[in-house]
Amino acid sequence: MTTDTATVEPTRPTVAVRHVLARIGRYTFLCAVLAFFALPLLWLATAPFDDTPTVTASLPRFTLDNFRALLDNPYALGSLLNSVYLAAGTAALVVTFAALAAYALSRVRVPGRDALLYGLLLLSSIVTGTATMVPLFELAFRLNLIDSRLGVILILSGGLLPAAIFILKDFMDSTPTSYEESARVFGASPLQIMRHIVVPLVRPGLATVGVWAVANVWGNFLVPFLLLRGPDKAPAAVIMYTLYTEGGQADLRLLSTFSLLYSLPVALMFVFVSSRYGFRFHGGIKR
Amino acid sequence: MVEGARPVTGASPAPDAAGLGRARATGFLVPAMVLILVFLVVPAAWTIYLGVTNYRLTGLAAAHPEVVGLDNYTRALGDERFRTSLLLTLQFVLGSAVIGQAGLGFAIAFALRDRRGPLRRVVEGFVLLSWILPSSVVAFLWIALLDRDAGTLNALLGIPGTAWLLDHPMLSIIVFNTWRGTAFSMMLYAAALENVPRSHLETARLAGASTWQQLRDVVFPRIRGHVLTNLLLISLWTFNDFAPFLITAGGPEQRSEILPVYVYKVALSGGELGFGAAISFVMLLINLVIALVYLRMLGRRKESA
Repeated sequence: MTTDTATVEPTRPTVAVRHVLARIGRYTFLCAVLAFFALPLLWLATAPFDDTPTVTASLPRFTLDNFRALLDNPYALGSLLNSVYLAAGTAALVVTFAALAAYALSRVRVPGRDALLYGLLLLSSIVTGTATMVPLFELAFRLNLIDSRLGVILILSGGLLPAAIFILKDFMDSTPTSYEESARVFGASPLQIMRHIVVPLVRPGLATVGVWAVANVWGNFLVPFLLLRGPDKAPAAVIMYTLYTEGGQADLRLLSTFSLLYSLPVALMFVFVSSRYGFRFHGGIKR
Repeated sequence: MVEGARPVTGASPAPDAAGLGRARATGFLVPAMVLILVFLVVPAAWTIYLGVTNYRLTGLAAAHPEVVGLDNYTRALGDERFRTSLLLTLQFVLGSAVIGQAGLGFAIAFALRDRRGPLRRVVEGFVLLSWILPSSVVAFLWIALLDRDAGTLNALLGIPGTAWLLDHPMLSIIVFNTWRGTAFSMMLYAAALENVPRSHLETARLAGASTWQQLRDVVFPRIRGHVLTNLLLISLWTFNDFAPFLITAGGPEQRSEILPVYVYKVALSGGELGFGAAISFVMLLINLVIALVYLRMLGRRKESA
């Protein structure tokens, strides 16, 4: 379409029409998007409160009785505790170890530092749980870590650490060193400086990494599925899977309430993080 | 300890302000490095070794594995099931990541680009929710949605009896993964579009450019780097995604058996650890290629920035 000044006048109505059509098109598209993303989630919102839940999402006849099914199942509540244990253990390990490493890498000129960081980044992106499930299983077997929750924590921590070190090193690099210097002038030991000055300064960074680690572990299915044998140690991710794959007709009361309870912590964490810090990338992904 | 006297150069961090010293700094590094070494480096290296053995979970080869050279690799190349799996994986990555997540993510970001307010928050909220919920929960949500007799989808479309997961297993997991992962692309493109000056779009629109022309001539040249970043990352993640196992478990008749599911079934259900490790090594190599391209590009962008 060519538009020089001579043709603008007669095309103005068509431009206006096109503008309206574009608006209608845009809203139709957004409604379709909303339907596509909300549709699978409907069941999670209705079934737990329906007195006769089916797999169809429908307006529930309201009841809270379904939540009793959680108490009747021997593994449901325990598996949530297992998830808390795995998530807390991994987050603690990752935050502590990553903070120490990131501080050293940020403040002291360790030989080969840039190569090390590059190698870590490469390693953590290519060595995924799916690509290395065979050797991980083998390794856990030899180290006597099969059916051990500590094994799951260690393996998950190993996978999360490189990225955590990266994020925290960025935080440390952007904090000024003047506080540390003056504390040192007044005779504080390096460990005192770490505890009383560096940790409070980078606390937002530590919290970010902690939340990120918890979210990762909470949803992780593969590693505990591979390593943990019995249902008494299995986290919610694995129990959820066994609830709908094993033993004939699935109990939808249990399944729906358990899904909701298991999803709630990450959903709340997400609401908290996005309301407090805004959940978006600013100006493009970090360069 | 002379570090403290060294001047700060460029982007390199400040000198050793707390007086840590090189020895203690190394000590700070050790715990993290040990964990990374044992649980990332060793497994990766071990994949190479296991891949050239006939190691099995049970039986004679479990006690005394033998090195069989490249037998596992030649066997894989001749294996119909492996080649099919590779092809299905390609379909899965192209369909759900490159077309599905990147395409839909961009479309949503573009449609919402100049909107603030509740509509944007609601759309973004639902897209993000599907991204953050645990995978075993969303897997069941999709099983329920696509159920043959009582699924919400069939009820809405008025076609009860359509067995989506049995008749169209690949389509099902591709649509599922599009739903699951679009959030990342949407957010990345939303941020990228902020770099496109609104006045340029306005000018193009007033000059009568169609939406497609605006995208091609104004938007795309400015977000090319983001597009590449996005495609590489989501391809890598989708290639390593185990969630389809939770929905179709590779079935029916291996018709949705992407590589991660294939490795799991051959190595851990079937007990052929050696052969499974060989396939895993192929996966690691593919990951390495994608990651190297990505890091190279990132480095180049940093230089030009």
